[in-house]
Amino acid sequence: MVDFGGWELPQQYTSIRDEHLAVRKVAGLFDISHMGRLVVEGSGAEAYLQHLMTNDLAPLRPGHAIYTLMCKEDGGVIDDLVIYRETGNRFLVVVNAANHDKDIAWMREHLVKGVTLEDHTLDLSLIAFQGPSAHALLPRGSSETDDIPYFGFRPGKVAGVEGLISRTGYTGEDGFELFVDSRHVAKVWDAILGEGKSAGVLPAGLGARDATRLEAALRLYGNDMDETVNPYEAGLGWTVKLGKGEFVGREALAAVKDEGPKRTLIGFKTEPGNIPRHGAAVSYDGRRVGAVTSGTHSFFLGHPIALAMVEVPSFRVGEKIAVEVRGREAAAEVVKLPFYRGSARSVVAPAKS
Amino acid sequence: MADRRYTKTHEWVTVEGKTVTVGITDFAQSQLGDVVFLELPSPGRKLALRESFGVVESVKAASDLYAPVAGRISAVNEKLTAKPELVNSDPYGEGWILKLELAGDLPADLLDETAYKKVTEEAAH
Repeated sequence: MVDFGGWELPQQYTSIRDEHLAVRKVAGLFDISHMGRLVVEGSGAEAYLQHLMTNDLAPLRPGHAIYTLMCKEDGGVIDDLVIYRETGNRFLVVVNAANHDKDIAWMREHLVKGVTLEDHTLDLSLIAFQGPSAHALLPRGSSETDDIPYFGFRPGKVAGVEGLISRTGYTGEDGFELFVDSRHVAKVWDAILGEGKSAGVLPAGLGARDATRLEAALRLYGNDMDETVNPYEAGLGWTVKLGKGEFVGREALAAVKDEGPKRTLIGFKTEPGNIPRHGAAVSYDGRRVGAVTSGTHSFFLGHPIALAMVEVPSFRVGEKIAVEVRGREAAAEVVKLPFYRGSARSVVAPAKS
Repeated sequence: MADRRYTKTHEWVTVEGKTVTVGITDFAQSQLGDVVFLELPSPGRKLALRESFGVVESVKAASDLYAPVAGRISAVNEKLTAKPELVNSDPYGEGWILKLELAGDLPADLLDETAYKKVTEEAAH
């Protein structure tokens, strides 16, 4: 068990390798109830969220979700989040566990008349069933999900339990994130694992979650970005809609876009055994050009993979760089992102290298 | 293997005559998580007591290995190059790491199973 934003989470249930491969080849089940679940409601809810978020919520129809950033005035990223529009005036907002308190404080500070903000993190659980076979392996007593599009969601039953079924995830694979009343979530968890066991479904821990999200080049807040990084540097400029009207950070972000970011995220690979760790120096021609933001061993690809924040001008795919591993320089090669494109119907964060 | 002994740094040894087999404990492998690589020395090298002789790289972290006894390396488990996961699946068997020809006596501070268990119980808190 490891401490993750104040929650005790398993690094692995059995083995990171087995859990990681289950997600890529069949399906894995993650308990992601540590993530914060907030409900924003009221006649001014859309305008309120538009003011705080970089992405444009106006075109978002009920039953659809959107990935967005919330930035400070100076353009630094406070958090990355997913917003689900339940009705015209009701939104479900999913935030990172480590940012839960900070986000609520920021959102309360900006709260306006006619909008309420409620924390449902404890009474509404969240589990993620992810993998190419997740759709086929939903347990008996589940609603039809064929016509739920990627980043769509709707109320429905899983194993006879009412909840919200969302076609979203953090693995690059097809699958679902299931919002279920905390009193009944164990029944859903047990049914998915029980009925999926013979097909190879495994419960998956943080290790498999980190490896799969990194292969898909999905950013991790606290590693790949924080309040000192702006969206363009993190390769998430596509979530910033400067033309949607005023929002917190717009002016600063418009200036960054105008001048071009000074740093950028790249992906690279190394030889087996040389796992680049967060913070390790990245160099080129003997000169330090940046640092690793995320790195792990990919059991699926058979070698380590990593993201690094480097100075611009950046590198081309195939270029050779060096990264510090165990106090020495190890050879690395810049590769295209994402490292792996899974069965998801689109990607959450199309990355540029 | 009743005569297996342990170190506070989570290595184990078994002794047959002058040959000492070394590995990492079940507790160590469970704490490290999936092992993906071992950086190991070549046979012939002499190790001093508690000298750092290699690194176990797991998904979680890189951890140094320390010589539980002094001696010359007589064999390194070549299987671990292709299958480092043997350290996880069979830490006291196929996951052995190296064999040493013991120089001098066994150190007096090697722990028996009961004493080592206490070390792991303290480490778990």
